[in-house]
Amino acid sequence: MKEGAGLRNEREFPSGKSGQGVGARLPRKEDDRLMRGRGQYVADIRLAGLQDVAFVRSPLAHARIRGIHVPERYRGSVFTAADLGGIKPIRAVSGLPGFKISEQPVLATGKVRQVGELVAMCLAPTRAEAEDIAASVTLDLEELPAVYDMLKAREPGSALVHEHWGDNVFLETNYEVDISVALDAPIKVTREISTARQCMSPLEGRGVVATFDRRLDQLTLHSAAQMPHITRSGLAECLGMEEGQIRVISPDVGGGFGHKGILLPEEVCLSWLAMQRGHPVRWLEDRREHLVASSNCREHHYKITVYADRDGTLRGIDCEATVDSGAYSSYPFSACLEAAQIASILPGPYKMPAYRCRTFSVATNKCPILPYRGVARTGVCFALELMLDLVAAEAGLEPGEVRLRNLVLPEQMPFDNITRKHFDSGDYPEAMRRALAAIDVDSIRAKQRLGEVDGRRIGVGVSIYCEQAAHGTSVYSGWGIPMVPGHEQASARLTPDGGLELRVGVHSHGQGMETTLAQVAHEILGVDVAKIRIILGDTAMTPYSTGTWGSRSMVMAGGAVATACRELGERARRIGAKLLQHDPAAVVLQNGEVRGVNGSVNIQTIAHTWYRRPQDLPADVDPGGLEVTQGYKPVRDSGTFSYAAHAAVVAVDPDVGEVEILDYVIVEDGGVLVNPQVVDGQIYGGLAQGIGTALYEEMPFDASGQPLATTLADYLLPGPTEVPAARLDHMETPSPYTQFGVKGIGEGGAIAPPAAIANAVNDALRPLGVELMQSPITPHRVVEAVLAARATERSAA
Amino acid sequence: MKPAPFAYERPRDLDAALSMLAASGGSAKVIAGGQSLGPMLNLRLVQPELIVDISGLAELKRAEVSRGELVLGALVTHADIEDGRTADVTRGAMRGVAANIAYRAVRNRGTIGGSLSHADPAADWISALAALGARVTLRSLAGARTMAIEAFVVGALESALRAGEIVEAIHVPSRAASAHWGYAKSCRKTGEFAHAIAAVLIDPTAASARVVIGAIDTTPIVVTDAAELFGGRIAGDYKQCFDIRVADALLAKAGIDDAAQRHIHVSVLKRALLEAAA
Repeated sequence: MKEGAGLRNEREFPSGKSGQGVGARLPRKEDDRLMRGRGQYVADIRLAGLQDVAFVRSPLAHARIRGIHVPERYRGSVFTAADLGGIKPIRAVSGLPGFKISEQPVLATGKVRQVGELVAMCLAPTRAEAEDIAASVTLDLEELPAVYDMLKAREPGSALVHEHWGDNVFLETNYEVDISVALDAPIKVTREISTARQCMSPLEGRGVVATFDRRLDQLTLHSAAQMPHITRSGLAECLGMEEGQIRVISPDVGGGFGHKGILLPEEVCLSWLAMQRGHPVRWLEDRREHLVASSNCREHHYKITVYADRDGTLRGIDCEATVDSGAYSSYPFSACLEAAQIASILPGPYKMPAYRCRTFSVATNKCPILPYRGVARTGVCFALELMLDLVAAEAGLEPGEVRLRNLVLPEQMPFDNITRKHFDSGDYPEAMRRALAAIDVDSIRAKQRLGEVDGRRIGVGVSIYCEQAAHGTSVYSGWGIPMVPGHEQASARLTPDGGLELRVGVHSHGQGMETTLAQVAHEILGVDVAKIRIILGDTAMTPYSTGTWGSRSMVMAGGAVATACRELGERARRIGAKLLQHDPAAVVLQNGEVRGVNGSVNIQTIAHTWYRRPQDLPADVDPGGLEVTQGYKPVRDSGTFSYAAHAAVVAVDPDVGEVEILDYVIVEDGGVLVNPQVVDGQIYGGLAQGIGTALYEEMPFDASGQPLATTLADYLLPGPTEVPAARLDHMETPSPYTQFGVKGIGEGGAIAPPAAIANAVNDALRPLGVELMQSPITPHRVVEAVLAARATERSAA
Repeated sequence: MKPAPFAYERPRDLDAALSMLAASGGSAKVIAGGQSLGPMLNLRLVQPELIVDISGLAELKRAEVSRGELVLGALVTHADIEDGRTADVTRGAMRGVAANIAYRAVRNRGTIGGSLSHADPAADWISALAALGARVTLRSLAGARTMAIEAFVVGALESALRAGEIVEAIHVPSRAASAHWGYAKSCRKTGEFAHAIAAVLIDPTAASARVVIGAIDTTPIVVTDAAELFGGRIAGDYKQCFDIRVADALLAKAGIDDAAQRHIHVSVLKRALLEAAA
């Protein structure tokens, strides 16, 4: 479809027509390495003397540890909590009032609180042998009743995950803007809506290689991590070490999505072990560990009422939301980020005069929940957009009309919404109008009247969201969690041959940052992107950063790179002026050259002269040199708001329950796109994950807290044949607050699909009296609902 | 996810393989394509002392038509059948089934004998071959025995194989020119194990019908004389005569309490009947 058809950015882009700067559809530089199998991931690291670790994990969800029995022949190869003297548990405390603190021991002490919790660490020359040792260790466990249902967990008398709390609630929050003014609305719809617990499932799992360098007195931890600097801070706290004694290297990373954003107990354990043993040690997460024992995401429950006028105008929302936070608060995001975020973003991109939301972050005997691509927004969008379709049905309106009636208008931008979110820019109704036109609602309605020859029913569904990205200090300081982003920094250094090295503290695990950050630098300095190297993922080589999360890297690291490159360009310009024997005020830097009336000198010559031929420079040259580190924050740090309207057409077989996506349209506005091709890739990938949430992915638990989807035969991920060729349309409304007007877009693709697809399924089945309010929409759930509706109809007749 | 230690042998002829199995006293597992056993080993769901790799046994790779039936060696792969490298006496029925087993990578290595031996209720061959009226020959040092597929599969992941015995060959009868074939399955995603399978072989001329409902928690429901599903007689109008209440009752009798599950199975059976009648 067309692209760049939105509002054009009016700023000047000095790269002009070089085709490499901001806005260029450049192939990703890193793909030459990654697509040829030449990437280097943690599992590819080979170190002399490396040994493998396998963990003994709890087979029970909740139990008291009475004993750990290690066969005599393996003593010395097995380590338990009793061996880890002085290691502190992982604590991720939120400063929100009332937050209850959990301490996650890196190896279990006293109790196990989830299946898969680490109990003992087994060391051997190979992983298979380490697993043999792990299999020989027997645990004497006294099973306790499991807390497996977050709603029952709040009831009095429930078993307790952390006894000293007295209940199972990490945190309760209340937010209200006078809900009473909505109560007399003529339309009032109440439902319970829920989203399944999911596993994030990056292609590459977690992995750790730890080694200790006696000369440097430094632990080096290679870890598949999104936020190496934060990992280092967390490690230092748990290990009682100085941060300078720890180097975290995150090499190529095969997808993060939030899963690689936390400090792992495995990272602490392996660090301790490497220092104890004096040789490198390794642990690689296998797929079963990922599914059963690692972090989960997405499990929300909503009891929600929407109030509206007969014409579909929203009067207010009243909601009680519960999040199953699992057993422990994860470092650094904490156990309450998800639920607290629900309260602040549930109103979506809409205007409304009244709002109330109460949230509960509930502890259960399950893995900790982590923010997964889209974080709470995927669940929130699902809940709100399903409810708006019900409002549309009550009002007798097309779902699209109800959206258009309530979306914030472009002339209201920037707009402070009812939860004081500051929407920076955009034309939300235009995105919805384009999506409705592209999916052609009228033709679908006509087809529905004719019916399908194969007995299937077709339906159309829409959803829309706006997404806060690049949250800054003012947003995160309020949560009071261990990590608050400040100024983002970047270092830029010209090499003697005129190449450019950029050092950033964010990381790239599929986002294409090695290309897009080079494009930003090219935009400022004119250096060929082929000669720009991006150095990231290493605490020893990069400036401090909270890392890559929250769709922040392009805005924050991109802004920092631009700022550093501007300063570097200024220094180059001053040196260039000396070489041209010009007054500095009379020369400009343009397309990689310093130009004056007498001629020009390129950056390569300037760099060569500075480093290799200082004798050619006059004595009064600026001694600052060609290496700078600069910090950056957007003009406002309340975040950028990208947004997208999604529309889906599905065919549903009501008797077999199969859902086929026939058409899918995404109209997206991520501000100025640094590389539209990279953005397309982000959207397609997010869509695949969103389809997983909508139709496939679910980690069920039984009443003893056992996770039931223990292999990928049970935990279904969408594959190539399940993801349709979506049609993308880009709008381009610059953010007024960021460099180049860019906005964060990394997560958006995963937010809206569950809502759009569920709405389409419900649209298809509404004439049968069927309503599905739970993700994923499985064949069994569809058929169950169809049979229930038929039974109701029969009993009514 | 690494297997427990095991010994490994790759015999060159069937007798050597059978001797190894006999000597192991039941502590050995046979591997062919390894598409099911491989993951089970890695998950340590099975921990055999010995793995006997039969992939080098040329005599189990043969496929030939003899006395009106197709005899397939146990090592014939799904892809061999899909690609037409083996003769076909089912007028495309087996080829169609093979082409939709899991993914191509699985079909390249997975074998028909391995699939039967594993006896996964959700696998294709135990249902499809039962509907086609196929038989299986098992061999041990003590000799060979042949039985119907439906007798061979005795439970979920349970076959009639005794210790020391392997599947040697599968015998598929020719499909009559007048016999209609229908095969349908519902999978949550392409290549995934089915949660409902139906296979029907109906010959209105001979007034005979074999109907199989598979991918249930236990052995497939095999109805060798399926007249009861069609109002007591089998004729050209079987599609119209299909009695869903009888199918539903069969499923209930097989222990499926969940009405939605039964409904899905019956609906998939309807699909197979539509295909047969088309």
